[in-house]
Amino acid sequence: MKKYDVVTTISYPKKGAMGKTGSWRVFKPILDKDKCIKCLRCWIFCPEGTIIRKKDDSVEIDYEYCKGCGVCANVCPVKAIVMEREAEI
Amino acid sequence: MAIKDMSLEEIVLSGNAACPGCPSTMGLRIVFKALGKKTILVIPACCTSVIESLYPYTSFDVPVLNIAFEAAAAAASGVVSALRMQGREDINVVVWAGDGGTYDIGIQAMSGAFERNTNFLYICYNNQIYSNTGIQRSGATPYAAWTTTTVGGKREFSKDMGAIVRAHNIPYAATATVSYPEDLFRKVMKAKSIKGPKYIEILAPCPPGWRFSMDKTVEMGKLAVETGIWPLYEYENDKMAFNGKSKLIFEGKIERKPVEEWLKLQGRFSNLFKPQRDEERLRRIQEYVDHMWERFKQCRD
Ligand SMILES: Cc1ncc(C[n+]2csc(CCOP(=O)(O)OP(=O)(O)O)c2C)c(N)n1
Ligand code: SF4
Ligand code: SF4
Ligand code: SF4
Repeated sequence: MKKYDVVTTISYPKKGAMGKTGSWRVFKPILDKDKCIKCLRCWIFCPEGTIIRKKDDSVEIDYEYCKGCGVCANVCPVKAIVMEREAEI
Repeated sequence: MAIKDMSLEEIVLSGNAACPGCPSTMGLRIVFKALGKKTILVIPACCTSVIESLYPYTSFDVPVLNIAFEAAAAAASGVVSALRMQGREDINVVVWAGDGGTYDIGIQAMSGAFERNTNFLYICYNNQIYSNTGIQRSGATPYAAWTTTTVGGKREFSKDMGAIVRAHNIPYAATATVSYPEDLFRKVMKAKSIKGPKYIEILAPCPPGWRFSMDKTVEMGKLAVETGIWPLYEYENDKMAFNGKSKLIFEGKIERKPVEEWLKLQGRFSNLFKPQRDEERLRRIQEYVDHMWERFKQCRD
């Protein structure tokens, strides 16, 4: 990446600038690919950008950074995503 | 534009500091699908300056100028001038500020930039509080809402920011919410195509600030539109046009839902329902919404 030589503080873009935010999760979104109708609502509404949109408009979840908010499960019109408890706490 | 036709490019990177269910990152992702990478953001102190994450890294993959709380529009004016001097007028200069930074402390800088006809887009993501500093009231906080500085519920109604902005006679002003991405996308595209000052205000339901569960951000914005407390409109060349469900409400094709349906889902309004229903204040809020729509109708007639 190009670095800039200027007299002020500059931060550079990086995925995971706050670490692996997947560790914040209490509930985990589980996707049932067979139910998915590729409407992409989960993709557009996910506040984290952790619904990965594939070339054929199918979707996958990036668990490394997904914060487990449950928005995707809530906006899915066919309930192809359900939230499950991550682990016993 | 359909969701399918929106760009796959991501400017807001995963692994940032936003709360789960955050309306700011939700809104920014949609906004960037319309703006593209040729954009410079100006961000005053607000949640989003925290969401950018910690030095030496940032979660935003475009140049961002972080600036003092009150100075976003003034700083944007400087960026616009600098780009003009460099002959690079193909770059979008966009302010992304909270309601505190817009309705309250940044209003004079914004008013000045509008008056100078600065070619930029001002976006206010309105979560109706100063959330970054721990949920204090702002000029955009609704009547009766709990905040840490209005523990019994706010006593005043919010400012009519739409009217204040329109009084500057700028070429384009619009409202939107994160819950209708196609509408928001179209408005940003339109703003991008117009020269001069543009203003878009995005209702941004904030789970910790409004006290609702983090999976309900989208519903909360939808209900705000369906109850009429958040009208979706565009103001262009002195003309108002309503959009989406707000258009149907305006034309009398659908009924507004009672505002209570929006209020009762948010913990910040629980003082209206517990220990018993506060009929007086509930009535005042419904009347406020009714009156707002009455005024819109009178403008038309
Ligand atoms: C002059 C000044 N006063 C106070 C602050 C502290 N401060 C930082 S962000 C903020 C609240 C921002 O509220 P808003 O603009 O609504 O954005 P939000 O945090 O809700 O995203 C405050 C009070 C500051 N940075 N500068
Ligand atoms: S749970 Fe939230 S963060 Fe995770 S993929 Fe769904 S919408 Fe995105
Ligand atoms: S919202 Fe549901 S149906 Fe639509 S793409 Fe996502 S998982 Fe598939
Ligand atoms: S307090 Fe609200 S606006 Fe701020 S980061 Fe959290 S969810 Fe987003």
